[in-house]
Amino acid sequence: MAVDVRAGAKTRLTCAVNGEPVDRLVDGYKTLLEVLREDLQLTGTKHGCELGECGACAVLVDGEPILSCLTLAVECGGRAVTTVEGLSSGPRLHPLQEAFADLGAAQCGYCTPGILVTAKALLDRNPRPSPAEIKEALAGNLCRCTGYLQIVEAVAAAAERMAAAERTRS
Amino acid sequence: MSRVIGRPRRRVDARAKVTGQTRFADDVILPRMLHCKLLRSTVPHARIVRIDTARAAAHPGVHLVLTGEAFPVPYGVLPVSHDEHALCPDKVRFVGDPVAAVIARDEATADQAVHLIDVEYEPLRTFAAPEDSLAHAEPRIHDYGDGGNVHRAVALQFGDVDAAIDGADHVFDDVFFFEGNTHLPIEQHAAVAATDPDGKLVVWSSTQTPHYLHRSLAKALQMPAAHIRVIATPNGGGFGGKSDPFNHEIVVAGAALLLDRPVKICLTREEVFYCHRGRHPVLMRFRTGVTRDGRITGVDLQTLLDGGAYGSYGVASTFYTGALQTVTYDVPTYRFRGCRVFTNKPPCGPKRGHGTPQARFGQEVQLDKIAERLQVDPADLRLNILAPANTLTANFLRIGTMGLGECVRRVVASAGWGDKFRRLPRGHGVGLACSSYLSGAGLPINWNDLPHSGVQLKLDRSGGVTAFCGATEIGQGSDDVLVAVVAEVLGIEPFDVRAVTGDTDLTPVDLGSYSSRVTLMMGNAAIEAATRARDLLAQAVSRKLEIPVARVTFADRRVFDAEAPDRGVTFADAVCMAEAQFGTIGTTGSYTPPRSEAKFKGGGVGPSPTYSYTAAIVEVEVDPVTGWIVVPAVWIAHDVGRALNPALVRGQVEGSVYMALGEALMEEQAFRRLPPRLSNALVHKFPSMLEYKSPTFLEMPDVHTDLVESMDPAGPFGAKEVGQGPLLPIMPALANAVYDAVGVRIDEVPITPEKILKALQLAAAGKPGRVGPAAFPDHVPWPEALRVTPPWEGGDGRASNEPPRRSRRKADAGVEATTGVRR
Repeated sequence: MAVDVRAGAKTRLTCAVNGEPVDRLVDGYKTLLEVLREDLQLTGTKHGCELGECGACAVLVDGEPILSCLTLAVECGGRAVTTVEGLSSGPRLHPLQEAFADLGAAQCGYCTPGILVTAKALLDRNPRPSPAEIKEALAGNLCRCTGYLQIVEAVAAAAERMAAAERTRS
Repeated sequence: MSRVIGRPRRRVDARAKVTGQTRFADDVILPRMLHCKLLRSTVPHARIVRIDTARAAAHPGVHLVLTGEAFPVPYGVLPVSHDEHALCPDKVRFVGDPVAAVIARDEATADQAVHLIDVEYEPLRTFAAPEDSLAHAEPRIHDYGDGGNVHRAVALQFGDVDAAIDGADHVFDDVFFFEGNTHLPIEQHAAVAATDPDGKLVVWSSTQTPHYLHRSLAKALQMPAAHIRVIATPNGGGFGGKSDPFNHEIVVAGAALLLDRPVKICLTREEVFYCHRGRHPVLMRFRTGVTRDGRITGVDLQTLLDGGAYGSYGVASTFYTGALQTVTYDVPTYRFRGCRVFTNKPPCGPKRGHGTPQARFGQEVQLDKIAERLQVDPADLRLNILAPANTLTANFLRIGTMGLGECVRRVVASAGWGDKFRRLPRGHGVGLACSSYLSGAGLPINWNDLPHSGVQLKLDRSGGVTAFCGATEIGQGSDDVLVAVVAEVLGIEPFDVRAVTGDTDLTPVDLGSYSSRVTLMMGNAAIEAATRARDLLAQAVSRKLEIPVARVTFADRRVFDAEAPDRGVTFADAVCMAEAQFGTIGTTGSYTPPRSEAKFKGGGVGPSPTYSYTAAIVEVEVDPVTGWIVVPAVWIAHDVGRALNPALVRGQVEGSVYMALGEALMEEQAFRRLPPRLSNALVHKFPSMLEYKSPTFLEMPDVHTDLVESMDPAGPFGAKEVGQGPLLPIMPALANAVYDAVGVRIDEVPITPEKILKALQLAAAGKPGRVGPAAFPDHVPWPEALRVTPPWEGGDGRASNEPPRRSRRKADAGVEATTGVRR
């Protein structure tokens, strides 16, 4: 697909964001980060460098964590994008969000959305990760507040809670 | 007794943070909003000969182009160094200094237009290092200071330190260097300015200090502070880097007033490196006299700070390098000389630990050398010389509770120190160090007699309580402390209390989130406000229940008779009764620190209502072939007074350990010269997160955190600080561990594999196995030291040779008086 990235040139973007259809004209030069934050006003996704260095802008595209600052929005045509706003079900928080809140895994909260979606992708493919696997999966996300340890504990606790809930259901 | 305090709880703002609903400054999006970009200097030191903005102004979509003449009035956070302009009017002082601004319909347009501005510079000599600044008085980077390119040189002496050192059994003379590093908050600084419907100015900003920004906007824009509203948005990490009033905040404010439209700026990551205000590079020399049984007779400390291009907090930073040496150990005589010079680099300022980590590194590594020479265990050496609780130090700092001994004993036990120190196989080692930090600066920046923190409560008939305070949530959990303290006193749940913070229109002044002051000062103010509200409710309920006021008890959202708990009313009913009796229920509380006993000039930096204490043991694995260094574990004990919310306290300790390991092992705010064929300009070596290395999940060791609760009477419910102190012992403990592992001394930070390898090679060649600075310069223009007699020799806290000051209010730590915001 040829995309006109000159300022003012608009391109049609059709995709799903947090389960809702999106169909609108966006600037061809804009990154997914910019379209999420500026066009869709989904400001839960953050940015720390806009160069792919910090992981703050991570979102899920078809379930895989990607850096939205390095992805053109128009590359996401026909795909399913999940941001932090899409993690909870109505008022019910995702177990990761509950665990992060309970265990002090969010201090300033700025890196938190990117870490939450990256951790969700991990748990979706590996429901019981070891601490080493959690650290490996999150190694691309910088956090300057926590020292990471409470984040690792929160991801492990969320996995535990989800497994317990799964056992209750079956 | 406590229902809220002391329990690990979900913080009050946790839900907002995990759902992405916390509204940071760049999340503020307003109708008709324009976007601002700054043009920054490409040369390190030059006069601005000409700026041509015509092409930028003509660019489609551009609304306004501003240069230095739009902002003629200088500002700065300290009254003694109002040396910044929002846009440089006549000269630039570092690569990154802003010279012009473009306001356009969107960020991309502003970015295009800013590159259409032509600037002609007349280069001036570049000062790249403190030695350059000491050696060459001209050209001056600033036309103020202590002569040439010396910003400030200070000297203080407490007792006859020369005789004490000369008469000691051993004299240790060591030089250390601590490289500069930066805060690297994940949130880039952002600000939005707008006029409200009445035409008044509103500024949202990621600032730790809305009150100082409020003052600075009033001064720089020459408008009444009463017509300016500053809203500090929750900071996406601060660590001291958002404590100065910044040029970009003033530029968007000025632009919003000129255009009557909202204007936003969000700095790029590269620009954040230029804002800096981070850790000063410090060269230091410790001369310490020690008796054969390991007691200190005197310390003679010299520090040389590379201040960068502006004053910032630098005068305070200078004093801080010498302030806290006396609060950990018994130092009977002391001399401190500190010198800050200007260089053509981004300005240094306060980073977590503000000025104290550098000298703490030197002191604690030297103590390790002393223990080695005296053949004493480093833990025992320290336990033997602890500064006593509830005493005055040689430099007139009032120590409160002092849990350092307990901290040392706990880490020694938990780490298995006795089985490890000097007993691990080569390549494995442990090191120990201690530290202390302020629980809030005892003196204000703008000298006055006003409270440092104020809290206002509004009690609603529904039983809801709103707590207003100027304190700023930077991730440390200050909103949670505010809510928890109010809920505890009133016997309600934290969720019943709404915190409104960091808004100069709505909240009483709190000086800001710096110097680890918020928990203690805001907490005490909140206790006072809540106690006053409780008293009103108690009177009303005592009348209703016909019992003495003293029996009225508050718990579980009820107000009841302590002797007959079934007899009582709901908290909401109690509010209504009080309102019926007294009218609308609103109370205030405020906190002012106790007066300092240090009356000498310079004594304003260091006093605190009380001090936290920390001991840490760091374990390392060093590959003797490559010098590669890994930290598998850290044991740390911190005297926090009382942990108000242990989950958050633990997070502050671990976050401090993390940030300290970054400083100890890898982080460097370093500079280089561009090749001569380009410009030879002095530029930041790597203003990006990829190349400015910081620890990831994979580098973080196990941290064994132990909280010591000394219940300090100065703190709210006994609490002291925790946000900064636990960072301080990690760097020296790591250096000491490297020595234990491979027998070489790295007397500078960061401790990299290259330096370890070099030291090992030197040792193998029969030379001293040490990497570090060779000497401290002997040509620093020290002033005559102010001589202050220590308290145990009858001193009254004044200097015997200080020239009379114009008035008590006119000077404090070189921070001269101001009458407040200029109207």
